[in-house]
Amino acid sequence: MDVMTKVPVREQEAEKRAKNFEEVCYGYSAEEAMAEAARCINCKNKPCVGGCPVAIDIPAFIAQVKEGNFAEAFNIISKSSALPAVCGRVCPQETQCEGKCIRGIKGDPVSIGKLERFVADWARENGIKPEPAKEKNGYKVAVIGSGPSGLTCAGDLAKMGYDVTIFEALHEPGGVLVYGIPEFRLPKAAVVKKEIENVTALGVKIETNVVVGKSVTIDSLIEDEGFDAVFIGSGAGLPKFMGIPGENSNGVFSANEYLTRSNLMKAYEDGSNTPIMAGRKVAVVGGGNVAMDAARTALRLGAETHIVYRRSEEELPARVEEVHHAKEEGIIFDLLTNPTEILADENGWVCGMKCVKMELGEPDESGRRRPVVIPDSEYTMEVDVVVMSLGTSPNPLISSTTEGLETNKWKCIVADEANGKTTKEGVYAGGDAVTGAATVILAMGAGKAAAQGIDEYIKSHK
Amino acid sequence: MLYLTGFIYYTPPYPGVRERTDNNVYNILKVESLTDSIYLMDVEAPRVAKTCLPGQFVIVRDSEDGERIPLTICDYSREKGTITIVFQVVGAATEMMSSLKTGDSFTDFVGPLGCPSELVNEDIDTLKNKKILFVAGGVGTAPVYPQVKWLHEQGVSADVIIGGRTKDLIILEEQMKAVAGNLYITTDDGSYGSKGVVTNEIQKLVDAGNQYDVCIAIGPMIMMKFVCKLTKELEIPTVVSLNPIMVDGTGMCGACRVTVGDEVKFACVDGPEFDGHKVNFDEAMKRQQIYKTAEGRAYLAAKEGATHHGGCGNCGGDK
Repeated sequence: MDVMTKVPVREQEAEKRAKNFEEVCYGYSAEEAMAEAARCINCKNKPCVGGCPVAIDIPAFIAQVKEGNFAEAFNIISKSSALPAVCGRVCPQETQCEGKCIRGIKGDPVSIGKLERFVADWARENGIKPEPAKEKNGYKVAVIGSGPSGLTCAGDLAKMGYDVTIFEALHEPGGVLVYGIPEFRLPKAAVVKKEIENVTALGVKIETNVVVGKSVTIDSLIEDEGFDAVFIGSGAGLPKFMGIPGENSNGVFSANEYLTRSNLMKAYEDGSNTPIMAGRKVAVVGGGNVAMDAARTALRLGAETHIVYRRSEEELPARVEEVHHAKEEGIIFDLLTNPTEILADENGWVCGMKCVKMELGEPDESGRRRPVVIPDSEYTMEVDVVVMSLGTSPNPLISSTTEGLETNKWKCIVADEANGKTTKEGVYAGGDAVTGAATVILAMGAGKAAAQGIDEYIKSHK
Repeated sequence: MLYLTGFIYYTPPYPGVRERTDNNVYNILKVESLTDSIYLMDVEAPRVAKTCLPGQFVIVRDSEDGERIPLTICDYSREKGTITIVFQVVGAATEMMSSLKTGDSFTDFVGPLGCPSELVNEDIDTLKNKKILFVAGGVGTAPVYPQVKWLHEQGVSADVIIGGRTKDLIILEEQMKAVAGNLYITTDDGSYGSKGVVTNEIQKLVDAGNQYDVCIAIGPMIMMKFVCKLTKELEIPTVVSLNPIMVDGTGMCGACRVTVGDEVKFACVDGPEFDGHKVNFDEAMKRQQIYKTAEGRAYLAAKEGATHHGGCGNCGGDK
């Protein structure tokens, strides 16, 4: 075998998977995982560990995989990560651990993500669960939101002996893992639910249907319900729209709505109680991972699907793997294209979208070349569904009802990156609620840092 | 606060990983049918009952794979920790909900959502000097009731018009009578109260010399549109409570967006109450139709089951 080349991972054929919601990537077998693990040279500096926001001891777990000691590999990962089956699937490894891998200088980096996924899947299939803390310390911590940052923070605190309750606004725990990321990238019942069960196995309680800022407030949790500290991991839930004419026409959805209907409410299944408008020709506006998820969902629901993005392929913010999968499945990319108006028929239904062609000019403040409208390039795209995937911002429900909690001009909660400390005593925050929309693993890193911060706070104040 | 909802069909459930505590077992303590198609239920939901105020709403699910259904709060008891909801059967999901009995429970019951009515933030003495008119249409009487009751408890009496298509659709008359100043009933067909629509009654009251400082109209979108058209001419500031399609109810999806003046608002977090003279009702009514076709087909298929062989002309029978 060529040590410069990674062991390829088996995937569902593009033509077949474009018509179903089953997982795209099958993952490694034990033999494949051991062969891939053998490519790790166990280098001294371990740059991969520095590239991991939760600092998993990557060479150590890979060494165990190489020997076939999968349970020990899982123990090593579990020390640093509460959601390895999720991270192995959705982390942007190419810019993190794998991006730093020494093997990657001359050949393919070690497939760290696929190995992590293999270990987590193996542990789940073999019924291995993380161990709860032996002794409770008697302090209560409330965690707002059951997404990646909340689950991580809760899991870490429970391992330290804290009595942790997660409050979730929706009826199902998981946050973006259940409402946002589609089944074909992250199976819900098989992976997400099991991973959350691993967190509850540590003693974490989850109370659903509690909207903090409405049902309860941060202050009432501390004063009336006796929590010693609070972690806010409420994410970035507010969708953005373009503000162009016709955007309220029937058939224009936020990616949040489209994906929530499909993922959380299972609208993609036959006989689901919650409807979704599949559309015949769908335009997804935006170029991030969420746009890819929305487009690939629309495609699977049977529509001809276009990604409409105002910059060029090089600037697409989505992961390379997602773009690659989307193209394989038959998504059409209309790049350097920007919508200017949504057209509707007399009953208010979307029948088209006016667009202009763009070209790239000088770099803007983001460092990317600014798209500029090409004069007289306007044309009309015939579509019946438009999904706006332009990013999200934090929901103000919590910040607007919590005295003393500072936010910045983007409505993000101000928190210390090192320990999650906010401007309000005993209140910590992390994840998208602090950074604006980012990745699962960065949110987990913030949840981890905040768990440390909360532990130090409680130990020094109580 | 209802829209036509989807087809009830049981797929294997995906049960949540969650703790059931006293706070989230949503037992149904009472079921009462107010008319053939309108039901009232008292539901245990202590967290909601502790903080809710008139004007706010809840979202409920009746099963593990049920749709999220927004309903306005009709009444609440802080002591008992209960919420009263009223709903009309308009589709498969609400029909399913109507089969729930005392002793059953809701799978999910979340709230209070949305902003409370502006009235609750106003100075009581200012309110006492105001002449307030409520206009309730059909099942919209339910969300009007807690506001009138709240005012009554503060020593403010407000006039109320309840309108319905026919006598059988007039609900909560006795309860309303107990808390309202003057109560006027209208029916489209004249089977009860005055014959006509609520706007006739408003005009009559104004013609008789009543000067109202504010009007609060809650009912079908078309009723609110025409009430607003009239009150604009009469220069009576008017508040309406909108009932658009929603999914999460916390500002996350934007399904409930509505144009108010020249701004786009999310009814779930910015509302549900808005300045009725600024609401774009035509757009709001169109947006309520988004899933009507799909739901209609699903409802027919669910109701008629195997006997439904494409008779609707749309769905191609059982496929």
